[in-house]
Amino acid sequence: MMLVSGFRLSYWGFSFNLVGIVASVVILFWAVVAIFAPLLTPYPIGLIVDYDYFGPMTSEFWLGTDYLGRDMLSRVLYGARYTVGIALAGVFLACFLGVTLGMAAASIGGLFDTVLSRFLDAFNSIPSLLFGLVVVAAVGSTIPVLIITLALIYAPGSYRFSRALAVNINTMDFVTVAKARGEGTLYVIREEIFPNIISPVLADFGLRFVWIVLLLSGLSFLGIGVQPPNADWGALVRENLGALPFGAPAVIVPSFAIASLTISVNMLIDNLPQRVRDQGE
Amino acid sequence: MKDDLAQIRDLQVTATTDAGRQIAIIKGVSFDIAKGEMVALIGESGSGKTTIALTLMGYTRTGCEITGGSVLLKGKEMASLTRAEAAKMRGAVAAYVPQSAASAFNPSQKIMDQVVEVSRIHGLMSDTQAQEKAVELFRALALPNPEIIGDRFPHQVSGGQLQRLSAAMALIADPALMIFDEPTTALDVTTQVEVLRAFKSVMQNSDIGGVYVSHDLAVVAQIADRIVVLKGGEVQEEGTAEQILTAPQHPYTKQLVAAFKPAEYATPIDEAITDTILDVQNTFAGYGLIGKDGMPAFVALKDISLTLKRGQNIGVIGESGCGKSTLARTIAGLLPRASGDIQFDGKPLQADLKDRSREHLRRLQIVFQFADTALNPNKPIGTILGRPLSFYHNMGGRQKEKRVEELLDMVHLPTSLKYRLPGELSGGQKQRINLARALAAEPDLILCDEITSALDTVVAAAILDLLKELQNELGLSYLFISHDLSTVQAICDDVVVMYNGEKVEQTKAADMMHATTHPYSKLLLSSVPKLDLGWLDSLEQDPELMRKFSDR
Repeated sequence: MMLVSGFRLSYWGFSFNLVGIVASVVILFWAVVAIFAPLLTPYPIGLIVDYDYFGPMTSEFWLGTDYLGRDMLSRVLYGARYTVGIALAGVFLACFLGVTLGMAAASIGGLFDTVLSRFLDAFNSIPSLLFGLVVVAAVGSTIPVLIITLALIYAPGSYRFSRALAVNINTMDFVTVAKARGEGTLYVIREEIFPNIISPVLADFGLRFVWIVLLLSGLSFLGIGVQPPNADWGALVRENLGALPFGAPAVIVPSFAIASLTISVNMLIDNLPQRVRDQGE
Repeated sequence: MKDDLAQIRDLQVTATTDAGRQIAIIKGVSFDIAKGEMVALIGESGSGKTTIALTLMGYTRTGCEITGGSVLLKGKEMASLTRAEAAKMRGAVAAYVPQSAASAFNPSQKIMDQVVEVSRIHGLMSDTQAQEKAVELFRALALPNPEIIGDRFPHQVSGGQLQRLSAAMALIADPALMIFDEPTTALDVTTQVEVLRAFKSVMQNSDIGGVYVSHDLAVVAQIADRIVVLKGGEVQEEGTAEQILTAPQHPYTKQLVAAFKPAEYATPIDEAITDTILDVQNTFAGYGLIGKDGMPAFVALKDISLTLKRGQNIGVIGESGCGKSTLARTIAGLLPRASGDIQFDGKPLQADLKDRSREHLRRLQIVFQFADTALNPNKPIGTILGRPLSFYHNMGGRQKEKRVEELLDMVHLPTSLKYRLPGELSGGQKQRINLARALAAEPDLILCDEITSALDTVVAAAILDLLKELQNELGLSYLFISHDLSTVQAICDDVVVMYNGEKVEQTKAADMMHATTHPYSKLLLSSVPKLDLGWLDSLEQDPELMRKFSDR
């Protein structure tokens, strides 16, 4: 390990920024919480543990109680599972669809590119929240439906982004050489284009994750996201909106959770570890 | 000396890498520039020639720092100037002419406004005075319509004119020192002649000192009084232009001068071999929408015919935009031809490479100019070379591994390179890998698209030797595209001259200089700088012809 100027640490040929490290720790914390939520929660999430509602922070209930007198800590910890889990599944699906189609469009070009691009542009023009409302109204709100809806809403953006990157790579000579060799589209996409757009695509992945978290929280806030008694962070904010006049932690804590996760992911993207080009003699 | 304009003494410049390591890039360089003298800095890429020139303006690129020595310009120490002091000197005392004038001009401002901006910044004269002076300079630099050319926008003048305009921009404030940073490298040879002439006449009629940075010894010979030869941040040799050219002392200088006189090419012609490997007949190709007559909107190749015999080489020369690269792409099938017929080893070659058999694709390989972009930066060399082996020859495992090592050996590279990424190789090494990938297919014909143009003279000469050696061993044929006539002469049997998409002439390479009859070929051949001090001054070209064929 070597300390370099400006709060940068070097490890394994990569240099890390302090802000990036702090952000990673916060993200890691929520990831661990999401995975081990059942082991961490002191009370079952649906259990009414206190006769008082909107209770304050006490040694018994660390984050107070909600509008029905349920333990807030348990509900936030479990909420992480829904928020992180659904958003992650959604963003994976969205980026997989978007990046694959984007690279294919750039590589194949011509009519395929034009038709696909115009179709996805048209799709992109539907307001996302409205689209979510319509889908949920039509088929009901289950977790798989939520994931697919979120993925569909964010796939066109990912497509645009990766297509723009892939178009640049596609004009490079090494792609021309591969095509002149007689390689198929799948090989060109997988071996020549993808490795060269992976880092910006990862940054986009993180950004899209943040948007999905916010949209999911928005949907839940409107009551069409995760259904009671389960609740993600957005739903927790809505449930406990009545706590605002009381200054109870019940409404503050889930809001803080959403903010900490989204801001951290954003910070991490802006301060991703950089490969140290100079590896010494 | 008393009338020394600038003195560089034991200059040291250090760069800091992103891991915090310090690398010395200039290691104790010293030389002087007298008033009215033109000193050339010559060396290969990475030799530090531009870095040294920039220190004369008190400037170093990001991450670099002057760590020792002194740079005196008119008695002022440039190495320790503050930003504000340096700003006062730049443009007024030391002026800079960049390599690419196209990117040095703001495309949305008129040329005149940009030329007089320097005098406005330094408050030297009124705008009307500055404009009058600019017109004078335009005239001195032999620009057409000097009174009105300033009213145009940068995209409305040609590349050669823009380069001269950037010199006018530098001269407007009467600097004591002009720094030319490879100002003609990006220009065609016929344009280069005009620009060099203009620079020379302007500099001769003044006592402005000059630094001319270049990698081209022949260009430098025309314009410089003294030459400083650099390598690896150190001065190898310093002397008058005449001494460096006629009696080089240092081994590196000798190598540099020798690389300029390529060995005459003696074809291993086997009279018995008469089969034609490539036969291009009346081929048209171009870009854009296909019109009613079956021709694309922009026709880049017009009625091209050429034949190439097995084991022989044909060179295609011409200036940028003449269609020579398009020809290679059309033969390779990357750009399907609009009409015409191409036969490969007696069999018709499909227009689009998608319709060609894998066997045809294997036997005809193309190698591109820029090895940087022709090799996937995220793949190790072994994988890059291994792919054609598994793709064309179904090799795998041990066999493939062994063949990759053989290929590296064939292009004279150590086998340990196969674990490296392209970014970790030098330019010459990358070009060898680029070539080895084509060889992996075991082709009959390799289309070489300017493969030595991006390389330093000495490295390029080594690549040419390698090409010849491989040809003798493997019986290859090359279609060699280049704008550099000496390169073509060094390797080709026949030469095709192209102009504006048409084949102007075809001659034997050996007597190219005498046998050409077409006026354009003559103009092109006479414009190639020679390693001879008086070449530019003695060069006589028909101005009518110049106007017709070069974009003045």
